[in-house]
Amino acid sequence: MKLAGFLLLLAGWAIVIFAVALFASAAQRVGFVVAGIGVEALGLVLAFRSHLAIAEDRG
Amino acid sequence: MTALPVPALSEAGTAVCILFILLVPLAGLGLALINTGLGRSRSAAHSMLASLCVVAVAALVYFICGFAWQGYVGRPAHVVTLAGKGWNWLAAEPFFLRGLKLDGSPASLALWLQMLSVGLAALIPLGAGADRWRLPAACTSTALLAGIAYPLFAHWVWGGGWLAQLGANYGLGRGFVDAGGGSSIQAVGGLTALAIAWVLGPRHGKYSPEGIPAAIPGHNAVLVLFGCALTLVGWLGLNSAGAILFAGAAPAGAVLVGVNTTLSAAVAALAAAMITQMRFGKPDASLVANGWVGGLAASSAGCASVSPATAVFVGLVAGILVIFAVELFEARLAVDDPGGAVSVHAVAGIWGVLALGFFGHFPGASGQWLAQLIGVATLLGFVLPLTYGLNWLLDRFYPQRASMEGERLGMDVSELGASAYPEFVIHTEEFIPR
Repeated sequence: MKLAGFLLLLAGWAIVIFAVALFASAAQRVGFVVAGIGVEALGLVLAFRSHLAIAEDRG
Repeated sequence: MTALPVPALSEAGTAVCILFILLVPLAGLGLALINTGLGRSRSAAHSMLASLCVVAVAALVYFICGFAWQGYVGRPAHVVTLAGKGWNWLAAEPFFLRGLKLDGSPASLALWLQMLSVGLAALIPLGAGADRWRLPAACTSTALLAGIAYPLFAHWVWGGGWLAQLGANYGLGRGFVDAGGGSSIQAVGGLTALAIAWVLGPRHGKYSPEGIPAAIPGHNAVLVLFGCALTLVGWLGLNSAGAILFAGAAPAGAVLVGVNTTLSAAVAALAAAMITQMRFGKPDASLVANGWVGGLAASSAGCASVSPATAVFVGLVAGILVIFAVELFEARLAVDDPGGAVSVHAVAGIWGVLALGFFGHFPGASGQWLAQLIGVATLLGFVLPLTYGLNWLLDRFYPQRASMEGERLGMDVSELGASAYPEFVIHTEEFIPR
């Protein structure tokens, strides 16, 4: 699950990069950057949840 | 791709910059004392020795390959073209500083500052790995930080990389701006601290089988608070030198930088003291210290570009954020971070970077907030997976955590063979089942 979290973090960053590079319109750029950050937030949540699950297993 | 201007420094400006750089090691000394004081007494000598060793490893690795990949504005770099625009990804300097004259030029001053800054970034994860991180593993992990993660991101921010050029290439304000290293030093160090805390896992006895955290207080509040005083001096040098070399500030601009840095730290510490007073009935020394350093970390990015009143606001929010982040990570997310490194350096550093985007003075430039947001997205979406991946791989081949017996004995005895305080043998025995 942690791997999935990190893949989501990378995917979110890729969305941000391509939004900057490919869109000329400011509104589209902002929208996709925000969407990329949203994907990163999901990735962070997943990474933290997987750490919690590991900690519970160890406990 | 538009070339970014290289700052021009007069002889007097160079001398002032050298003076500021000379202050920077005090920030590292302060962090080392804070990490040591917040850890257990049985790991105190180990903590100080580890601090010396990681600073040494960081400087050496940065000399070998770090600067070659970080570079400086206007110097050789690898550029790829994406949708018609040049994206500067990596410096193309020779290894071992060949090709760089150490003659007081802005590039040579930046190299010296960076050699000290990378040590500062490497000290941050030591706070998260306290009491259980083996010394050789900490040194190896530092080599990865100083040789790969730090120079790569710092090139993007300070070496004329694609983040710095977001303004010139895409009209996003002045591009990503970070004068004192709120992102490249504090957030990179703080996110590496999170990766280390995840890889190592919590200390034995920290969490009950039900997941309730036990309080393991730091062993020496005096070391911690003295460390805080030293960090202020070091940060004044770091932010001032950074503002001159990386944000184009004139040497006289150091006055604004100094005022902003001091105000941010002061207000953050007072906010932390008031919150802990309200919540616990008394101010908590270690949390106030965390608030103080959090205020410094938050001040770094915008120290040359915000007004003193804004610096007060940035410090206030940083002080509040740090207190709640420490609690969130420890109690809700099972991240055992004895030094509060993730909250203090990553959370407060990122807040400072964002605050600059919203409240910084950039006349005639719009979209600065978006440039700062893209920088933060890069920290979370690229630097965190990179630094976690590197440390996870290292741990597969070379376990980073001390053995349970070693942890029980303390890192001083198990790794160094002698205790920092040989005449005191008083500590609770959390290894005995309750």
